[in-house]
Amino acid sequence: MEQKDRVEEISVRHGRPPVMAPGYTFATITDKISSIVLTRPVSLGWLMGVGFASLWAFILLFAVSYLFYQGVGIWGVNIPIGWGFAIVSFVWWVGIGHAGTLISAILLLLRQSWRNSINRFAEAMTLFAVACAGMFPILHLGRPWLAYWLFPYPNTMNVWPQFRSPLVWDVFAVSTYFTVSALFWYQGLIPDLATLRDRAVNRYARTIYGFLAMGWRGSARHWKRYHTAYLLLAGLATPLVLSVHTVVSFDFTIAVVPGWHSTIFPPFFVAGAIYSGFAMVLILAIPIRHFYGLEDFVTIRHLENSGMIMLATGLIVAYGYIMEPFMAWLGGNKYDLYQFWDRAHGPYWWVFLSLITMNVVIPQLLWIPKMRRKPGWLFLISLDVLIGMWIERFVIVVISLHRDFLTSSWGMYYPTRWDWFTLLGTVGFFFMCMLLFLRVLPMISIFELRELLPEAEVKVES
Amino acid sequence: MSRVPVYGLLAEFDNPTDLLLAARRAHEEGYRKMDGYSPFPVEGLAEAIGFERDRMPLVVLVGGLLGCAGGYLMQWWMSAVSYPINSGGKPYNSWPAFLVVTFEVTILCAALSALFGMLGLNGLPMPYHPLFHCPRFEFATRDRFFLCIEASDPRFDLAGTRRFLEGLSGGHGISEVPY
Amino acid sequence: MGAEEKAHHAVCPGKKHNLEEIREKLASEDGPRYWRSLEELAGDPAFQEQVKREFPRGASEWLEGFSRRGFLQLMGASLALAGLTSCTKQPLEPIVPYVKQPEEMVPGRPLFFATAMEMGGHARPLLVESHMGRPTKVEGNPDHPASLGGSDIFSQASVLELYDPDRSPAVAYQGEIRSYAAFLGAMQSQLAAQRLAQGAGLRFLTRTVVSPTLGDQLKTALQVFPKAKWHQYEAANRDNARAGAMMAFGEPLETQYRLAEADVILSLDADFLYPTFPGAVRYARDWASRRRPESSRAMSRLYVAETTYTATGGKADHRLPLRQMELEQFARAVAQGVGVNAAGATAKGMAGTWLPALVKDLQQHKGNCVVIPGEYQPPVMHALAHAMNAALGNVGRTVFYTEAVAANPVDQNQSVSELVEDMKAGQVQVLVILGGNPVYDTPAELGFGLIMKEKVPLRVHHGLYQDETAQFCQWHINAAHYLEAWGDTRAYDGTATIVQPLIAPLYNGKTDTEVLAIFTGQGETKAYDIVRAYWQRQLQKQAPATPAARGKGKAAPPPAVDFEGFWRPAVHDGFISGTAFQPRQAQLKSIDFGPGPQGSPPALEINFRPDPSVFDGRFSNNAWLQELPKPVNKLTWDNGLLVGVETARQMGLKVNDVVELKIGNRTQQAAVWVQAGQPANVVTGFLGYGRRFAGRTGTGFGFDLYRIRTMKEPWSTAVEMRKTGDTYLLASTQGQQSMDTQLGTRDLVISATASEYGKDPGIILRHHETPAKDETLYYNYEYKSYAWGMSIDLSACVGCNACILACQSENNIAVVGKDQVNKGRHMHWIRVDTYYEGDRDNPKAYFQPVPCMQCENAPCEYVCPVGATVHSSEGLNDMVYNRCVGTRYCSNNCPYKVRRFNFMLWQDWNTPQFKMMRNPEVSVRSRGVMEKCTYCVQRITQARIDSEREDRKVREADLLTACQQACPADAIVFGDLNNAENRVSKLKSTARNYGLLADLNTRPRTTYLAAINNPNPELPAPAEQN
Repeated sequence: MEQKDRVEEISVRHGRPPVMAPGYTFATITDKISSIVLTRPVSLGWLMGVGFASLWAFILLFAVSYLFYQGVGIWGVNIPIGWGFAIVSFVWWVGIGHAGTLISAILLLLRQSWRNSINRFAEAMTLFAVACAGMFPILHLGRPWLAYWLFPYPNTMNVWPQFRSPLVWDVFAVSTYFTVSALFWYQGLIPDLATLRDRAVNRYARTIYGFLAMGWRGSARHWKRYHTAYLLLAGLATPLVLSVHTVVSFDFTIAVVPGWHSTIFPPFFVAGAIYSGFAMVLILAIPIRHFYGLEDFVTIRHLENSGMIMLATGLIVAYGYIMEPFMAWLGGNKYDLYQFWDRAHGPYWWVFLSLITMNVVIPQLLWIPKMRRKPGWLFLISLDVLIGMWIERFVIVVISLHRDFLTSSWGMYYPTRWDWFTLLGTVGFFFMCMLLFLRVLPMISIFELRELLPEAEVKVES
Repeated sequence: MSRVPVYGLLAEFDNPTDLLLAARRAHEEGYRKMDGYSPFPVEGLAEAIGFERDRMPLVVLVGGLLGCAGGYLMQWWMSAVSYPINSGGKPYNSWPAFLVVTFEVTILCAALSALFGMLGLNGLPMPYHPLFHCPRFEFATRDRFFLCIEASDPRFDLAGTRRFLEGLSGGHGISEVPY
Repeated sequence: MGAEEKAHHAVCPGKKHNLEEIREKLASEDGPRYWRSLEELAGDPAFQEQVKREFPRGASEWLEGFSRRGFLQLMGASLALAGLTSCTKQPLEPIVPYVKQPEEMVPGRPLFFATAMEMGGHARPLLVESHMGRPTKVEGNPDHPASLGGSDIFSQASVLELYDPDRSPAVAYQGEIRSYAAFLGAMQSQLAAQRLAQGAGLRFLTRTVVSPTLGDQLKTALQVFPKAKWHQYEAANRDNARAGAMMAFGEPLETQYRLAEADVILSLDADFLYPTFPGAVRYARDWASRRRPESSRAMSRLYVAETTYTATGGKADHRLPLRQMELEQFARAVAQGVGVNAAGATAKGMAGTWLPALVKDLQQHKGNCVVIPGEYQPPVMHALAHAMNAALGNVGRTVFYTEAVAANPVDQNQSVSELVEDMKAGQVQVLVILGGNPVYDTPAELGFGLIMKEKVPLRVHHGLYQDETAQFCQWHINAAHYLEAWGDTRAYDGTATIVQPLIAPLYNGKTDTEVLAIFTGQGETKAYDIVRAYWQRQLQKQAPATPAARGKGKAAPPPAVDFEGFWRPAVHDGFISGTAFQPRQAQLKSIDFGPGPQGSPPALEINFRPDPSVFDGRFSNNAWLQELPKPVNKLTWDNGLLVGVETARQMGLKVNDVVELKIGNRTQQAAVWVQAGQPANVVTGFLGYGRRFAGRTGTGFGFDLYRIRTMKEPWSTAVEMRKTGDTYLLASTQGQQSMDTQLGTRDLVISATASEYGKDPGIILRHHETPAKDETLYYNYEYKSYAWGMSIDLSACVGCNACILACQSENNIAVVGKDQVNKGRHMHWIRVDTYYEGDRDNPKAYFQPVPCMQCENAPCEYVCPVGATVHSSEGLNDMVYNRCVGTRYCSNNCPYKVRRFNFMLWQDWNTPQFKMMRNPEVSVRSRGVMEKCTYCVQRITQARIDSEREDRKVREADLLTACQQACPADAIVFGDLNNAENRVSKLKSTARNYGLLADLNTRPRTTYLAAINNPNPELPAPAEQN
């Protein structure tokens, strides 16, 4: 009836696949999504997924225990290459963590209503990714048990952190980012927690969700303040999300190392972060919508938009790859020039080659609309981009270090099995957290979906 | 025999439009102590029930400014006053290097004040509320819309108000909200 | 009591301990008991956990947990350690510290004692630092003509040898511990038997004996046992030099050189700047004094013709790689050129180009040039050199002849061969091996070990280790280390030195003199008395010091009033003044140089050389020497077989390939290292590796080339080589040995020729950019009190590595082992980078010592998140170890890569000996901490305290960094830049001064003086040779 027409109307208006399949009401949306958490039985696939992921999480635990027992010497790091997999993976994870806040904050401000159905699990992804990232700076320390010395806590010796060091900036940037993302995530959850509270049949679930919902009852006054706060948070998170990878890039730009000391890094890093972030969103969204039958909420439209964002940011990254050597050539600094010559011709040429292939060449497939609308292809391309972005950080960190100023000090870096265990371990940890999240919290923002319904529009001229 | 004191009267609506109109009518009637309840923010509802002053922006601004000042002063004091050290030939008060942390602390404080300001002003957490007595009210977080006129309103009169609510279009299932 | 003593009292009253008091106190304590209790504890894992803790009350607390029990264990442990330290006794006999102050031990202040270390037939005069009775650091003896304060890697590393836990701890019979008394008992019966036979079955085998006392004892022993025989053998012996002298003069004269007087130097395969060469420490100083364009005297010129790339070759103005046969032919050609009648002269190719120019150069500097033959060149080469020096009128000006330093120079190869013959013939009943390791380092063809084991009924070995030889002997007597022993010896110039101990023998080891006393009827006399007795006799002999006696020169102390009056100064100074050998008027015989090498050279030849680090294998268990990058190729822990680039290409060999070497019917494997500048078809193999019983450190590394070495041709012979297909990892410390990149050369070492530099000193900084100090938005810090700085002269540096080991010893630097070195995790605070320049078949090499630059704008500092590396008010780039959390960011951002990181727990916290060895002034770094050169801040602080005590500024003479003090070439100069009068300030003001990577605006406090070469204009410059 009329309701249906409106839905079509929406899709027609956009001339592209709709952000939500027609035929839903407040009630059906609410029930469909909350049922995944409240009533849906645990499936074998989910169990196997969690099992496999946690296996790797335990390998991580094992690798870390041995690391603390022996020292960072078990890794491939050395002099001159003082940073290896740990920092590479740190930058990689932080980058992945960007998409969540970007979607929830920036797209909110840009009134991109389609973000409503993917922001929730994107934010969860952010939190878990940043958690993974946060491990590495601590693990890579020679004396990890003293990591708290990087915080400005009062002490009798009156010694403080050295605020000129980008590593201290990192501590503040990453921890702030994590906190703000968590706040943002939680605020978004409050109304849905209330929904779960009222839907839950199980007493314990009811109590827990009730506790977390803090007595939310959807009062108009509350909604009003809620909305302002949400917009303000978004306004704050926007510069923050852009700043985080900028600060991370300072770890390199502030240094004198050829290949690091470059002004292009901040924008370049941010673009790369969003690039890999959206890749991860797709890696998660595509299977989730399939296995939980959420094609109606996470539609081809979302996949396509994400694909386009990847394409755009990917092109910015490619531009960065061109500008780096160009600037070196323009500046005529012999160390920089050699650095970029070495990337392409040195012992790590094959890494550089695969970087270009995976990050620049292959993603050009996204120009083809068909590709953007085929979940399978999108999944593969996203996988390619994720790996490519990890390689990019390897190129920046390791290849820059392995041949700097004094030829006498040139060296090579060979990762050990412990490097691999730690990296893959965090991946396992990440997916373990994601899978658990799917079962205990609404993976899609229910109340924001309700707003997408035509009935939500108030039809009176005030 | 004394009756159970009443918190207010609750009317249920099927869609946001009816709720909004009802709220406006109630306001015209002169009711002030009332509130609307909906599963998502309904545009204009807050204004309709006469809620004007939203102090959130002020709270966040203050939080941000405090964070900004605090962030820089902390670094300046630690690096240039408490324990000044020559590090790499850079001045004790290397302000360009201190900007990053200043920025981060600003954002952090502003964000914290945003969430907790919101909760505080909303009087949350509030585990108990009379409305939770109404069996139908749990649908306020699903697909129902409610208007509640509270007994503390000077113009509140159980019979009269009930009559007024029944007169509203789309309003049904009028129920008393006991304390 | 003297004025100084009073002054001292004013400062620390009641801090006065008399050596006697302390000695009594310590002697009263039962060392061994503490030892045992300690070892028990050390075995206890809980205890080890506790000593692993980096700082007793450090922040790493919660890591191990800090239970009450743990705390008690820690207490127990430290008590036991107290026991250990108290068991390190001063020797009971009076020793004389090298100080002008009253001899008293001020706790916390080190004392210095003069002594000497003997190696390879001559002694290195030393000054040893002792902390509370524990020798911790070795320096050269500044008053001694053979050192002038410089020292070398072997003496620097001897401290580690002293404390080596693998040293033999006891007398042993068939591997079971016995008392020394038991040994004496066992010998009595044997001696009785031998006395009847006049010692017909008695043999002594020693290394080259330099000690006058020991020599005298042996003579006495041979009088007691007329039919006994005394044999000498060292693998790296000086037979050839001796034989050459016999050819030339008919007597075994020593040759000494005065390189400070030499304008032109021709080295015929002589590595005379490297400490394996007798007198190298002094020669380096003299040579370097003529390599500074600033000095008033013209620069000398160095020609080196050699068979492999040596440190000396690297310093050559013209280097000529030749194979053995060509080298001799070339030498003969030069000889002919300077008027020596020698047949068989040929000089082809590069040698041909050289000849006229070289001969002309020599002719033009008659009397001021010198020809130096290599130790391992055949006798005729030495004879040729003698003849050339005579013909060029150098004798008496740059070349001097003295009598032999050795007590009784013999042809050692022949000597040991005779011994083996006697053993075969069953004529040897008792063989006493005093020092040396003949079972390992005699050529395999002799079959020394097995023959001895089968044919000699009683075999006695006296040595520091239970080595290969000890395995073949019934009796093993653990020797006392020279730092534990009384003795005497001679430097290369003959100066006699009394060797005084700094510490009572850790394991009650015996000296060779004490063992020999058994055979001279001195019974159980202490070394102290033996040595004193000898010199007393000498004194009586010399009492009426006749000119004749002086002429003879041997051991001629000044006419002594009383013995103590002679003894004290001798022990105090570290040498007996006036005992240097007097030059001899050597009469050159008419020499028959023979026809010279005939026929064509072998397809492939091998040259054997003692290893630059472990020498003939005696230092195999010394981890410092093992991990020391060998000069030029920077190899560690192994003896790579050096193969030329071209030869390797032809034979399809790469680095790490294992080849099989075949000489006669004997084969031995070796790992290939492709060496630039190695002559074609010549491989160089280093002796001293492949040890089987060296100890935990040295056993198993490298390849034992003694197995294919022959007596007939010990140093150079034909060899067959075939690739086995296996590989063996060789660990080098340097990434790339060239300053060239595919995009042009980096001016890391700046060099120029003397003429260029003379014309335009600006040439040094022509392509060098240093930002001005005011090019900054920030203000510049001012260093008002002191501004420490260092200047390193690349012209003078001879790449001998002494600075590296001096630093290692001074700063408690850990060793990491071969695998970690290969990973790039070696810990040396100062390294010597070697860069080749020019043609790979004969490149010029430059040595560049790289310590921390102590940048004023230190890139490492501002990136440290915890401020663990910060700048001091005196401009030092300080490391705060206990603040370091180990981000390694500082190392990444250090353009010079001088920072070293403890990737794992490198330091040995458990072995008690190492606790005694460490320098108490320097904190020991543990796992996860960054470390680096500090300009020896502990020495700076000490000097500052002393100067403040006397209310004055630190004087230049008060303060030497460890590397500077050790440097034989005086290439490293350190001091206060605020004082324009200091040498360092003057040097930095010369036109040669430049900062490494100064274009990064790091403002390094360590700067370099450009390398100036002095090539012969008539020859192609080294770079574009061939």
